[in-house]
Amino acid sequence: MAGGFVYNAIDQTEVATAEIYGKALADIIMKDPKVVAITADLAKSTKLGDVLKVCPERVINVGIAEQDMFGVAAGMARAGCIPFLSGFSAFTSMRACDQLHTDICYQNVNAKIIATHAGTSFGQAGSTHHAITDLAITRAMPNLTVIVPADGYETANAVNAAYENVGPYYIRINRGFDRVLYDTQDYGFEVGKAVEVHSGTDITVIACGSCVFQAREAAKFLENSDGLSVRVLNMHTIKPIDKDAIIKAVLDTRRIITVEDHSTIGGLGSAVAEVVVEAGKGCAFKKLGHPDKFAPIGLQEDIMAEVGIDSNGIIAAVREVMKADFEEDDNWDDEF
Amino acid sequence: MSLKKDEWLALEKKAHELRKLTLQTTSWAGSGHIGGGMSVLDLLTVLYHKYLNIKVEDPQWDDRDRFILSKGHAAIAYAPVLCDKGFNDPEMLKTFNLSGSKMGMHLDSNKVVGVDASTGSLGHGVSIAAGTALAARILGKDYLTYVVTGDGELGEGSNWEGFMTINHYQLSNCITFIDRNKCMIDGPTEEVMKLEPLADKMTAFGFNTVVINGNHIDELCDAIDAAIERSKEKCAPTCIILDTLKGAGIKDIAGDYHCHYMALDDETFDKYNKQLDEDYAERVARAEKEGK
Repeated sequence: MAGGFVYNAIDQTEVATAEIYGKALADIIMKDPKVVAITADLAKSTKLGDVLKVCPERVINVGIAEQDMFGVAAGMARAGCIPFLSGFSAFTSMRACDQLHTDICYQNVNAKIIATHAGTSFGQAGSTHHAITDLAITRAMPNLTVIVPADGYETANAVNAAYENVGPYYIRINRGFDRVLYDTQDYGFEVGKAVEVHSGTDITVIACGSCVFQAREAAKFLENSDGLSVRVLNMHTIKPIDKDAIIKAVLDTRRIITVEDHSTIGGLGSAVAEVVVEAGKGCAFKKLGHPDKFAPIGLQEDIMAEVGIDSNGIIAAVREVMKADFEEDDNWDDEF
Repeated sequence: MSLKKDEWLALEKKAHELRKLTLQTTSWAGSGHIGGGMSVLDLLTVLYHKYLNIKVEDPQWDDRDRFILSKGHAAIAYAPVLCDKGFNDPEMLKTFNLSGSKMGMHLDSNKVVGVDASTGSLGHGVSIAAGTALAARILGKDYLTYVVTGDGELGEGSNWEGFMTINHYQLSNCITFIDRNKCMIDGPTEEVMKLEPLADKMTAFGFNTVVINGNHIDELCDAIDAAIERSKEKCAPTCIILDTLKGAGIKDIAGDYHCHYMALDDETFDKYNKQLDEDYAERVARAEKEGK
């Protein structure tokens, strides 16, 4: 775990995830005079209040201009600052896509992007403010590390890790409160390493962000009601993805379901599928996420239920995949 | 005018050498963005041989002045400037644009020494420059940032976002140039997408705006001297609009938008070389007459 910044259970339950980002950044900015917060008229929405309190002179607001925000950040990083940019993920991934690609990733600068209101967490705002393609976009960008924290504790860990490691980071967090996944910040977060949050041997559900809690709830239910042993992996790092954990899941359970508040094209599911296919060994496989269409309008929990990425949807998918046939192979050792 | 005749003549000589080297690089590469390279070359010459506070032996020196070529396609002229200055082996120019080279058509700041920003996609340099200038304020450094955009490039709205930031934060430590060669790929700027009244626009965006002949060394120096003087206080930033000719220095193509990107055969190469010599003679004559 990254040291120094400790949050307690009260923070977890009473502070929105983005506010934990703000608290983590306020701690960092007090420690390091090179750290700068940049926003595009979203200082309040992206919870920079704590940073403004402790160091207003290092909060740069460029107005409603995401392209400018990324260029300014790149210039600052090139000159020795460590900029943390925050904005809605719909705009950080799409409005400033060329700047993210060229100014940040191509130049490989030490800038950290905090993409808030991810997935459908700003569901009532409609598709203009949904971010269900951002993982597909950012995952394809060289040099960029992509992290989707599952709750407030993990957000704090991800922000600290981004600060401690050199290079561009894209951290995708939700609007408002997330269901609490962890009891403590100290559960062994490591960039690029999945965390098993429920053990199992029959099937593996690989999830990220708000879907991890839903997957664990589904696993608990299925254990009691169906007698199924469901492994749940919190794949918080989308890139670099934890290939070892995926291949181990293939070997151990031979059935995989991925779950994400993102399009089924290009995100976590695609990243996992690539690893499975390249490993040379098929398994029963299903991707849960937004189908190839724009998401409905509504509260995030309602949208997640409608597209089947809540616990009910995951339970149904597990039951379906448990019935699926796949080609048996007696000797798996020779192929890995 | 603060520029002495001897220095003026020396800068003209350097600009001429760099024009010849740019033409040679275009020939080695087989083709290149010769028009926009030649229009901005006088600015590159005075910056790299009079104004930029940089150290060839320490290219990443924290306190160095920054230069950002937002019109990244002018790399055909910028690469010769950097090699001639000593940042990179001049032999690299023979590989410009070729497979396996560190020098592509647009320079990569992680591959070519002395480049402060990887540009090529237009409309990026102004915001990056705003960032380096803001960083100077935050880190307590005195370096200056110079950025040059093309004129056609100003069609990208992101430039205007960057201009707003430079004005809002009163980044007088960032000096903006616009290479107003009045040509785009598809034709004259005023036919493709009107820019005028450009100086009024920049003034309305909060800039202390001046318009000069950007292919005249003496006018460049006067304008930059004034901008540097203003940079000592936090105040309205300076924009210097460079009235230039695309392909400046080569009579056959100067001012013609068709010279944006050209292939060079041996015969054309020889002809343009002679025209560069003729142009240089005229420049020397003017410096001799008007210099003090």
